[in-house]
Amino acid sequence: MDQFTQTAWLIPLFPFAAFLLLTALGRSYRRAGVMIGSVGALAALVMSLLVFFERLDPDAVDYSEGFNWITLGDYTLKIGFEVTNLNSLMLIIVTLVSFLVNVYSAGYMKKDERITVFYGYVALFTFAMLGLVLSDNMLVFYIFWELVGVCSFLLVGFWYAKPAARAAAKKAFIVTRIGDAGLLLGIIVLFWYMPGHALDFSSIHNVFSEGQSGAITMSITTSIALLLFMGVIGKSGQFPLHVWLPDAMEGPTPISALIHAATMVAAGVFLLARTFDIFEASAAAMHTVAYFGGFTAIFAAMVALAQNDIKRILAYSTISQLGYMVMAMGLGSMTGGIFHLFTHAFFKALLFLAAGSVIHAVHTQNIHEMGGLGSKMRITAWTFGIGALSLSGIPPFSGFWSKDAILASALDENPFLFVVGLAAAFCTALYMSRLFFIVFMGKSSVRQPREVRESSKSMTIPLLVLAVLSVGAGFVETPWNGWLGSWLTGGGEEVHASAAAIIASIAVGVLGIYVGWLMYGKGSIERGAAAAKAPWLANLLERQYYINEFYDLVIVRSVRGIGKSLAAFDEYVIGGAVRFFGFATVTGGRMLTRMNNGQTQVFGLTAVIGLLVIIAVIVGRRFW
Amino acid sequence: MLPSYLTMAAILFCIGLYGALVKRNAVIVLLSIELMLNAVNLNLVAFSKYGVVPSLTGQIFALFTITVAAAEAAVGVAVLIALFRARGTVNVDEFDEMRR
Repeated sequence: MDQFTQTAWLIPLFPFAAFLLLTALGRSYRRAGVMIGSVGALAALVMSLLVFFERLDPDAVDYSEGFNWITLGDYTLKIGFEVTNLNSLMLIIVTLVSFLVNVYSAGYMKKDERITVFYGYVALFTFAMLGLVLSDNMLVFYIFWELVGVCSFLLVGFWYAKPAARAAAKKAFIVTRIGDAGLLLGIIVLFWYMPGHALDFSSIHNVFSEGQSGAITMSITTSIALLLFMGVIGKSGQFPLHVWLPDAMEGPTPISALIHAATMVAAGVFLLARTFDIFEASAAAMHTVAYFGGFTAIFAAMVALAQNDIKRILAYSTISQLGYMVMAMGLGSMTGGIFHLFTHAFFKALLFLAAGSVIHAVHTQNIHEMGGLGSKMRITAWTFGIGALSLSGIPPFSGFWSKDAILASALDENPFLFVVGLAAAFCTALYMSRLFFIVFMGKSSVRQPREVRESSKSMTIPLLVLAVLSVGAGFVETPWNGWLGSWLTGGGEEVHASAAAIIASIAVGVLGIYVGWLMYGKGSIERGAAAAKAPWLANLLERQYYINEFYDLVIVRSVRGIGKSLAAFDEYVIGGAVRFFGFATVTGGRMLTRMNNGQTQVFGLTAVIGLLVIIAVIVGRRFW
Repeated sequence: MLPSYLTMAAILFCIGLYGALVKRNAVIVLLSIELMLNAVNLNLVAFSKYGVVPSLTGQIFALFTITVAAAEAAVGVAVLIALFRARGTVNVDEFDEMRR
């Protein structure tokens, strides 16, 4: 009955095979390359769906399988895969978005010379992400975690001829690496203190969910949780390390949808869910997580209000929504976090792909150079609108239900964070309506050089599929139907539901859109009015709180200074010593060559000097 | 008595070494080598008489060395004459064929 679950390890191998095939074939097989990539993703999707349907059975038990990898003394490291309800849900998200992005890219990247390389990278990313989802212990998880980071680096820097793309790729890699260092430390500490050094998730669950069975002390638990959370901060773009995500928008737009909206950045939230027992065991860690998430949500939403680049707005929106998920986790509502991850993956991928469709048509990312596209690109406009409404939290779109689940649990647990969440929701609705009205409504900008047409079918069909999901995906968990929560957690988590949260959330969503419509649609509020009243605030938001400048001043410069001094040390001290020895050897050789003038007496003299040296050494050793 | 002989032999050896390394004339170089050999002979004889374990072996060995030295001098002088015929000089500075 669960034969598909037992073969779940095959799922990542489909895209991996596609990657190998694409790499082997080279760049000339353009059409075949697109087919291979898409078929690999499709096969993974079908397998994931089969596994998922098996998991729907309420009697399904978690299945894990593996083999011994390394044996060190009496410690054995196992690797393997594990299928739980959470994993199977993630499998669906990853494979579905990946497949749709594959289809979409056939149109979006059509003219790109390196399209097969692109498909190869996407296949590799899909493989890594699926491996991450299926991994059954922390070490394998970490390996795949780094692998998705590499794929992100490769794909952000895909158009490496652009200096900005190169810089963004490096930034994405280095900034997430800071978080990953914390994650690695967390894994090491965990390894050290776990009974039997077990790193698999089921052991972690057993040890930490027993309510501190005494195996690991409170302070250790807290430090492990905070170290793991560093990894989450890096990967999921939480507050101090969020700076890479907006810059990562230099990559191709399908990549922004796949990696930087739906899947990879959600890996941090997934990690929180996977190691949720560790966090739950430490109240201090939970509070930290919740406040970081809440702050990120409001902070990024405010920045998104003042950006002018369509992808940057969506990137800050992603950061903000990830903040929501992290906040939900910190408030103890794993269901809320995962639910929002699930719906967000669909509507944010939809928004990015629709934005890509717009960019593809008008060849600019500046929203003020667009305008009036609604009548020319109907499918894109409608689907983008659905995504925007979903993101803004308007019922019955999916984003409303998941955001409401988070806000309801916030209202129960921490009223302060509830207010923060509401404020962020208002900003979300405001910036989305601003984006929508500026891009699709109003009069068309003068700077549209040619006839703007709707994108090709391969780009619009994924939009339609995602639009349907954005509308429908929310009904798996509603205030009166806690199916997802009971399915995910085995019925252990209470359903947070309150009319107050629903009303407040709808109210701020509608209010945000109404204000946005007044400002950017109807124009009855002067657009610059708010900015004119508080120019410093507008400037602060537009420059993203000067965080990049701050990091540049405080961290980048000092690190670069250290690097330069170390480089100088290398150049002058180590390099100098090397050069000196080279010079000394060559000069000594020259001098000895000059001594070899073929005269017997010189040979004799050399022999005598050598003898004297030997005698001196032998005698000298006595007195040493 | 032994230190006096040894000192004498050492002085003789150093003179010989100096001559062998410094003198230009090949004949004098050969003579200096003889001087060094004789310094060694002096040592052998001195040790055979005044050494810790006096024995005739040293004196016999000295005689043996004299014989070998005579043969060496004969060969050396013969080589020198051949060289003089070929190069027209006995100045050791001129003989630098071993440079290559």
